[in-house]
Amino acid sequence: MTNYQKWNADVAAQVIGAHVGREGPLLPILHELQETFGYIPEPAVPMVAQALNLSRAEVHGVVTFYHDFRDAPAGRHVLKLCQAEACQSCGCDTLTARAEKALGIKIGETTADGRITLEPVYCLGLCATAPSAMIDGRVVGRLNDKKLDALLTEADR
Amino acid sequence: MSLRLYVPADSAAVAVGADDVLAAIEVAARNRNLALDVVRTGSRGLFWLEPMIEVQTPQGRIAYGPVDVSDAESLLEAMSGNGAHALRLGAPEEITFLKKQTRLTFARCGVVDPRSLTDYCSHGGYKGLERALADRAGIVDTVTQSGLRGRGGAGFPTGIKWKTVADTNASQKYIVCNADEGDSGTFADRMIMEGDPFLLIEGMTIAGIAVGATRGYIYSRSEYPRANAVMNEAIAAARKGGMLGRDVGGSGHAFDLELRVGAGAYVCGEETALLESLEGKRGEVRAKPPLPAHKGLFGQPTVINNVLSLVAVPHILEKGAAFYRDFGMGRSRGTMPIQLAGNIKHGGLYETAFGITLGELVDEIGGGTLSGRPVKAVQVGGPLGAYFPRALFDTPFDYEAFAARDGLIGHGGIVVFDDTVDMAKQARFAMEFCAVESCGKCTPCRIGSTRGVETVDRIVQGIEPAKNLAVLRDLCETMKFGSLCALGGFTPYPVMSALTHFPEDFVPRPQLEAAE
Repeated sequence: MTNYQKWNADVAAQVIGAHVGREGPLLPILHELQETFGYIPEPAVPMVAQALNLSRAEVHGVVTFYHDFRDAPAGRHVLKLCQAEACQSCGCDTLTARAEKALGIKIGETTADGRITLEPVYCLGLCATAPSAMIDGRVVGRLNDKKLDALLTEADR
Repeated sequence: MSLRLYVPADSAAVAVGADDVLAAIEVAARNRNLALDVVRTGSRGLFWLEPMIEVQTPQGRIAYGPVDVSDAESLLEAMSGNGAHALRLGAPEEITFLKKQTRLTFARCGVVDPRSLTDYCSHGGYKGLERALADRAGIVDTVTQSGLRGRGGAGFPTGIKWKTVADTNASQKYIVCNADEGDSGTFADRMIMEGDPFLLIEGMTIAGIAVGATRGYIYSRSEYPRANAVMNEAIAAARKGGMLGRDVGGSGHAFDLELRVGAGAYVCGEETALLESLEGKRGEVRAKPPLPAHKGLFGQPTVINNVLSLVAVPHILEKGAAFYRDFGMGRSRGTMPIQLAGNIKHGGLYETAFGITLGELVDEIGGGTLSGRPVKAVQVGGPLGAYFPRALFDTPFDYEAFAARDGLIGHGGIVVFDDTVDMAKQARFAMEFCAVESCGKCTPCRIGSTRGVETVDRIVQGIEPAKNLAVLRDLCETMKFGSLCALGGFTPYPVMSALTHFPEDFVPRPQLEAAE
């Protein structure tokens, strides 16, 4: 799991300032804001808009277009289970159901205690060692019940 | 004396334990006071044998795999002794799966240290650029003559694209590499970025010099953190080594590039959506014309090519157009890095000349399913590719041959399904995926995909099935011909192929879900 900073406008301004001179700076800025705070905090949107001479609506439109950008912090651990065809052919549906049952949430949700977010991902490029998962940025191939249970235990901490 | 080991750091190898195995081997080596000299390579692409560890011997490299953590002790014993071990595979080049390939593009992948510019150069790297610089005016012609076509799936002749950009006058032109490899069943871009990143840098540099572009962007995926890290290190090393920057390799030509990372939108693999995204906008598809070659990134003339097109270029320049063109069939020239994926026994990367049949790839090379059950369907070309039944296994891997059978080769991914697959479910998924990933700009894709999901549901629920099948067919026609890009335009391929080849899966069935 990653440690994120609490919202801080000065830090946000620094992040934005570091990219402002680049060609097409918006995505790099949003990525770094999310890497810093764990999500795109609402007060950052007008700051980004002002720095790039865009409207708040345009920035909001970009933030909400891309699946990666969050409007709220994720759980302390993020478990992504690939739902794409190669993983389907190797039984990812059953594994997803198992994870949902164990955590008592549906894919796309976070447990009530904020411990873990279960997310779908469409292809990690590990299609010859399917089914695939990613936990807190670490990739896992040939996922099976045993490995999944171990990941869920790991995320218990 | 130290033991030189080659251990893949490729994501797929790591996903099945390469890092853990290496850690165990290091512990075992320390216990024996044995010094190790470890090179982290990419993968050779024989994923059912990963983690595959190679050791340097006087007779060359010897491979062992798939190695488990529990094998560390015995493996080290074997590698420092007479080499005998149950997991011994022998010389990697002699393994049938690798031996039968024609590795041009992937020749170095899994062999060299991807982070070392020196290693790249000592294994024949930058020979293509050298030839390109010797005859700058001839580069575009060589690429055209080679017959290279867009490896992203569209199959447009690369040389013609380059010529269009070369013929424009502009203060700034761009080379954009489409590394947004979102298709399920494909991993060739990831492998090359993790295993031989300088090859992509060389290919883009040649493109830049050919068309007069001084800036390049690689648009990669957030789902590929390792590939992005390796690529960034390689770019920094190339810059430091004078192979990127104001004076590339002392040639007087300027070219520099930067890696940008997407944010989980599948549609950004479509070239105009990708350009929008690079510009910092929503990844919405642009209407064409104007072509990116005329008005691309920031409105400037832009070559936008797939990773696999760009990495084929150095080889073409080095060996000449005729050498490359001599491989293949019909209008599909050269080699294609085919990716065998899903429920397959021998999954991995298989680079070969065009013309090999689907059946050879799935049954002979791939060894059938991993589950051991019969193959029912294979999806070729990603989420927008058609499902082929066994009856079409004689189709040769060729752009036109697949098109003639209402399919596409796309980015070269083949996903195998056994007989437990429900093709109506797959057709529904294709529509659902399109609905989730649609950029929303055109109506057939945005609305059609949602209506498609509902229609498939009605068919399997037995609600006026004949009428709804007709609706589904009509909807597919509309999406195919009315969508702005391949997302909406090609989603009908998996849907219609499932319906055409597996009609028995679309008969109404008892609804188990309804009981919940």
